[in-house]
Amino acid sequence: MILTVLHKTRYEFAAPVGGIIQSLRLTPAKSESQRVLDWSVEVPGAVLGTPLRDGAGDYVQTVSVRAPSTQIEVTVSGTVETTDTAGILRGHRERVPPRAYLRNTVRTEPNRAISDMVSEALKAQEDASELERAHLLAAAVAEAVAYQPGTTTAHTTAAEAMTAGAGVCQDHAHVLIACAHLAGLPARYVAGYLNATEDGAPHEASHAWAELYIAGLGWVGFDAANKCCPNEQYIRLGSGLDAQDAAPIRGLVLGGSEEELAVSVLVAPQGQSQQQ
Amino acid sequence: MAEPYFNEMYDASGLRAPYRMLEGWHQNMPAEFRALKQAEAEDLFRRYGITFAVYGEGGDPDRLIPFDMFPRVFTSEEWRKLERGIKQRARALNAFLSDVYDRGEIIRAGRIPADLVYRNEAYEIAVAGFRPPLGVFSHIVGIDLVRTGADQFYVLEDNCRTPSGVSYMLENREVMMRMFPHLFQENRVAPVDGYARLLKRTLASVAPEKCDRDPKVVLLTPGHFNSAYYEHSFLADLMGIEMVEGQDLFVEGDFCYMRTTEGPQKVDVIYRRIDDAFLDPLCFRPDSALGVPGLMNVYRSGGVTICSAPGAGVADDKAIYTYVPEMVRFYLGEAPILENVPTWQCAKADDLKYVQEHIAELVIKEVHGSGGYGMLVGPKSDKATIEAFAAKLAANPSNYIAQPTLALSTCPTFVNEGIAPRHVDLRPYCLVGRDIELVPGGLTRVALTEGSLVVNSSQGGGVKDTWVIAEE
Repeated sequence: MILTVLHKTRYEFAAPVGGIIQSLRLTPAKSESQRVLDWSVEVPGAVLGTPLRDGAGDYVQTVSVRAPSTQIEVTVSGTVETTDTAGILRGHRERVPPRAYLRNTVRTEPNRAISDMVSEALKAQEDASELERAHLLAAAVAEAVAYQPGTTTAHTTAAEAMTAGAGVCQDHAHVLIACAHLAGLPARYVAGYLNATEDGAPHEASHAWAELYIAGLGWVGFDAANKCCPNEQYIRLGSGLDAQDAAPIRGLVLGGSEEELAVSVLVAPQGQSQQQ
Repeated sequence: MAEPYFNEMYDASGLRAPYRMLEGWHQNMPAEFRALKQAEAEDLFRRYGITFAVYGEGGDPDRLIPFDMFPRVFTSEEWRKLERGIKQRARALNAFLSDVYDRGEIIRAGRIPADLVYRNEAYEIAVAGFRPPLGVFSHIVGIDLVRTGADQFYVLEDNCRTPSGVSYMLENREVMMRMFPHLFQENRVAPVDGYARLLKRTLASVAPEKCDRDPKVVLLTPGHFNSAYYEHSFLADLMGIEMVEGQDLFVEGDFCYMRTTEGPQKVDVIYRRIDDAFLDPLCFRPDSALGVPGLMNVYRSGGVTICSAPGAGVADDKAIYTYVPEMVRFYLGEAPILENVPTWQCAKADDLKYVQEHIAELVIKEVHGSGGYGMLVGPKSDKATIEAFAAKLAANPSNYIAQPTLALSTCPTFVNEGIAPRHVDLRPYCLVGRDIELVPGGLTRVALTEGSLVVNSSQGGGVKDTWVIAEE
């Protein structure tokens, strides 16, 4: 499938800021699931560093503006050919040992409810394969955390989302990572895009899911929010220990002021019109 | 009466050779003269501004480190062995770091457990697969040594991140030479003042490949609230380089620049004295105001070198320490020259059991602790302290390691009543760049309290000038 992406992120500042610096993870890397046909990241008025490929195999790029500014706009546009690999990340060049992804951050630290859920989900499953256990965990998370935009924020932790019993894709991913770690499976957070137009689901095109490391298979994506594994509707941008670590844009303004953020993401099969 | 500890000046057969020149010196020193000299030394240290900060005791945290005028002396023969051992260890630690951020051969070979390395907090995922210039991660390796006999030295711990204290090594010598110039005329004491030149040369030697000029080296300090701030400015001064704070640097495109009155100046090498977590808020802790946003991207694309390399801390973790002799054998194919202190890993059930049964005989330390904080010296602790510590140990065993209480050597030290033996350790500073360099000497720390085995300055320790007698 060929997907086109148009992703604009615009920050507006109430008063001019002294400068802006961002680290972007906004360029998909090649794997058997995705191949970039064309891609561009544009930030008018900014200096862009040469993209580097980090140890996790993601493209990272520095963007900075040194002059006083009242706004900055990052525009990502491109076309990616995607293939359904049943969620398995194959052919992705990376250097990080999977066991490094057994550590938790404040966002993926489990609480009692999460560990109880893991025990319950894996009860009498001693003979289950790692892959089966991963599916059981993803299903348990989907059941425990209802998709309900507006209940959580960007800073909500796995434990908080679990207590609330509701959240968005970010929360599903955090809770699933916490579960996987308890089950001894390396797990990480993935940010990307989702072509959600076909099934009419209410998910945003800017999406997140978790990857769990399954011996013999490698990294496998699990989208608990959508109760599936990533397929040809997904574009993978980058990974990290949690949402903050994997954020497509990590930025800082010098002499900060009130900022207003406007994001629009359009993902569509090539040929379909990209109406707002 | 035979002392239970090795006395570096007087052993069973009498005065030891390295101290031959000093016996008359202290015996002939009138008490008033000694008091005068001690006051002069304090005055000099105060004038140089040599203080360190102690927190958690209230009052002014800035303290003057107690200086003991009685030098600690090694013969060149003793030093040669130490030097070979220290350099060997510094090479092995760097080989290990190169390996665990690359293919991890030592782990594949089953010589070190994967989880000890990859699940370690100090293992930085952000630099996996990245090779710093010349493959060097730890450019200044501080190795803490203790002595228990004429030929028996043990490594207590390795410091691969940013070992502090070298300014004391340099200042102790400076003060001694000012106060007792004749001692240096009568004794062939090997100089240590080349350290700053060697440090600068080491830092310059690891400039990025992209750097095609005389490398611009700066020292990055967290600022004057840091306990080692004095040392930062002292070293920058000696090297003739700028000391900067995070806000003095900025990233643009593929490089890092320093703000100057003449406009931005490109920086090639950063000798950082701040922790990984604070280096770059866009890569590590987002709330860090001490670092340089974007720095890690420039570093990973080869635009600047950071010394020590981010992630170097995984080699000096107290749980990894046990495996350093294994690293020496694995990477260098050599027998370790310096021995480790036998160490029990409380994370292992058998080890924990032993430690719990022998808690009153052991020294127990936090895996990530430093500065002598949070440790238990069993034989020197009362019952209540031991019981309180045992509870902490039981609650979180993997946070602790234990070692036997070593019979640390003593060195004569000036006390109120004259001179008396006090326990000492030694931290030499090995420099690793294009070459491996070690100035003959190091920082000798002395436990000034009678019977104390804790030499940390934050715990009432003092310092001494450390001599290596040059060859005839």
